[in-house]
Amino acid sequence: MTVAEKQSLIEVKHLKEYFNINTGMIRTKPLKAVDDVSFTIKKGETLGLVGESGCGKTTVGRTILHLYKPTDGEIIYEGKRIKSREDIKNFRKKATMVFQDPYSSLNPRMTVSDIIGEPLDVHKLTKNKKERMERILELMSYVGLNSEHAARYAHEFSGGQRQRIGIARSLAVNPDFIVCDEPVSALDVSIQAQVINMFDELQEKLNLTYLFIAHDLLVVRHISNRIAVMYLGRMVELAPAAEIYDHPLHPYSKSLLSAVPVPDPKVARANKRIVLTGDIPSPLNAPSGCPFRTRCKYATAKCAESMPEFEEVSTGHFVACHRVGEIND
Amino acid sequence: MALLEVSHLKTSFFTDAGEVKAVNDVSFTLDRGKVLGIVGESGSGKSVTAYSIMQILAGTGKIVGGSIKYNGTELVGASEKVMKNIRGNKISIIFQDPMTSLNPTYTIGKQLMEAILLHTDRDRKQAHDRAVEMLRLVNVNEPERRMKQYPYEFSGGMRQRVMIAMALACEPDILIADEPTTALDVTIQAQILELMGTLQEELGMAIIMITHDLGVVAQICDEVVVMYAGSICEQGTADEIFYNPSHEYTKGLMRSIPTAETAGTKLQPITGTPIDLLNMPKGCPFAPRCDNAMKICINHRAERMVLNENHAATCWMNVKQGVESGEIELEGGDDRG
Repeated sequence: MTVAEKQSLIEVKHLKEYFNINTGMIRTKPLKAVDDVSFTIKKGETLGLVGESGCGKTTVGRTILHLYKPTDGEIIYEGKRIKSREDIKNFRKKATMVFQDPYSSLNPRMTVSDIIGEPLDVHKLTKNKKERMERILELMSYVGLNSEHAARYAHEFSGGQRQRIGIARSLAVNPDFIVCDEPVSALDVSIQAQVINMFDELQEKLNLTYLFIAHDLLVVRHISNRIAVMYLGRMVELAPAAEIYDHPLHPYSKSLLSAVPVPDPKVARANKRIVLTGDIPSPLNAPSGCPFRTRCKYATAKCAESMPEFEEVSTGHFVACHRVGEIND
Repeated sequence: MALLEVSHLKTSFFTDAGEVKAVNDVSFTLDRGKVLGIVGESGSGKSVTAYSIMQILAGTGKIVGGSIKYNGTELVGASEKVMKNIRGNKISIIFQDPMTSLNPTYTIGKQLMEAILLHTDRDRKQAHDRAVEMLRLVNVNEPERRMKQYPYEFSGGMRQRVMIAMALACEPDILIADEPTTALDVTIQAQILELMGTLQEELGMAIIMITHDLGVVAQICDEVVVMYAGSICEQGTADEIFYNPSHEYTKGLMRSIPTAETAGTKLQPITGTPIDLLNMPKGCPFAPRCDNAMKICINHRAERMVLNENHAATCWMNVKQGVESGEIELEGGDDRG
């Protein structure tokens, strides 16, 4: 069964996450970190989420897990909307997270077995101490750690091994869905490949579904079935991985992909990069209409007036751009 | 004469746990107008090599051997007075993290002018004009207004531009860039790399680019030095390193990068973890992680072997291949594995 035929596991509909920022003594202003984002993730699929820092990709991941309360919109898991506290608690047994920084995300005062065992205790998933320890050792074996590591503390491990501990912890509740927030960006290239392979193997073995958030586009391309591109809180393009790399449609995706340094000198010399001018605008003062228009060389008056719809232009390829189809280069 | 000549450089840190040989016998030359890439993972000694050249090592660090010659002048053992004239003036450095390398309590203008006033004869007015000129050179909009702003008002990419402007203000011959784009987004990284490329061409300076990103190396470097555990395992032109890697570590690195072709397949990672510099093995430092390690690799470190005029590597595999193809003849005893 291909991914396209599988049923959806998570549906996100018109998700909004606004943070109130103090702009004066008593005045506040909403910072639209995520603004009207909709997508679905199918069972067993990896959806890559890319964009520059501050585009809201991490916020999307955290809001799905209800680490932030969504300002508006729906999150539907296996056909059921998550709403009440009870829903959230049950959902968190099925959905977990792997964090970016393996140095700060593990408690330095806990042993490896306690770090991995904590979710088991919280959700009361094991009956007795023996069963708990067996489960911890099983989880450690999944991620390539030995039983002798169980009594050690996180500081005794290298970055790659710490990330393995973090992954084992996220697997403790036997989840279906894992939000991976930049899980390999703090690791060296040689270690990064080991961890990426492990994500692959675990997905096959445990039938996991990933939302893979990263800024390294080569890594995302390698691991994802489909890729979504975000800019300033909005999703601008979503398509199968090969499609978005070979035929990006949104001007932002085009420049983002062309900016990736290719590890091949001849290709790099021949590669014509589309270098964007300027920086990403502050989400507190987002431009009117299309958020990308201030850096887009194709922008017209229409782009300043209205936000383009997120439309399906070919099967499975969504894009939000007024001028899609008009621009060809 | 090469602009910078580093030969047999050895730098150690003397810690409570013992001597850490962070840089162990590193040699390379840098010619005027060239870009040299130093690649390696964390702890490989690439940054310490740069800090040794600038002599800005932390308190426990010390150059314990070798020489660093800038334009024929020996820098190892040079007086602080000589070094003060070199640093910032002849050789400049930009650091990885633009967020923490600027002083948050001074304006951008003041920090830029400080470097100029310190190293040149310009008065305040001329220094101000030069600072504005430098900001314009690195594509900062409205430089006059930006001079009066503080670092917090600048984005990451903008701050890194300011750092570059500061480093280039005295027209150095060599710019050392220590992971200048690692903390930045790819789009901003592309801007900064392009800027460095243009400035290098316009001003004719040489760049030492320290990075772990092989993509960045492919983009701008003429020559590459690959480091592992404090030593050079391979050096040569970028084309030689990428298309004809001749050290097992470099080959492993190349294989482990995800590309368009690897999608849907397994990557081939280098197994094991980086080496502990306090417990260095007797032989090749990479041998414990090397899939093709032979008996000789465990016991003897390979000599640097010149493969052709543009390429040298320190790996017994090249000797093995040479013997097998009949290019190398062995004398006397043969203790290969």
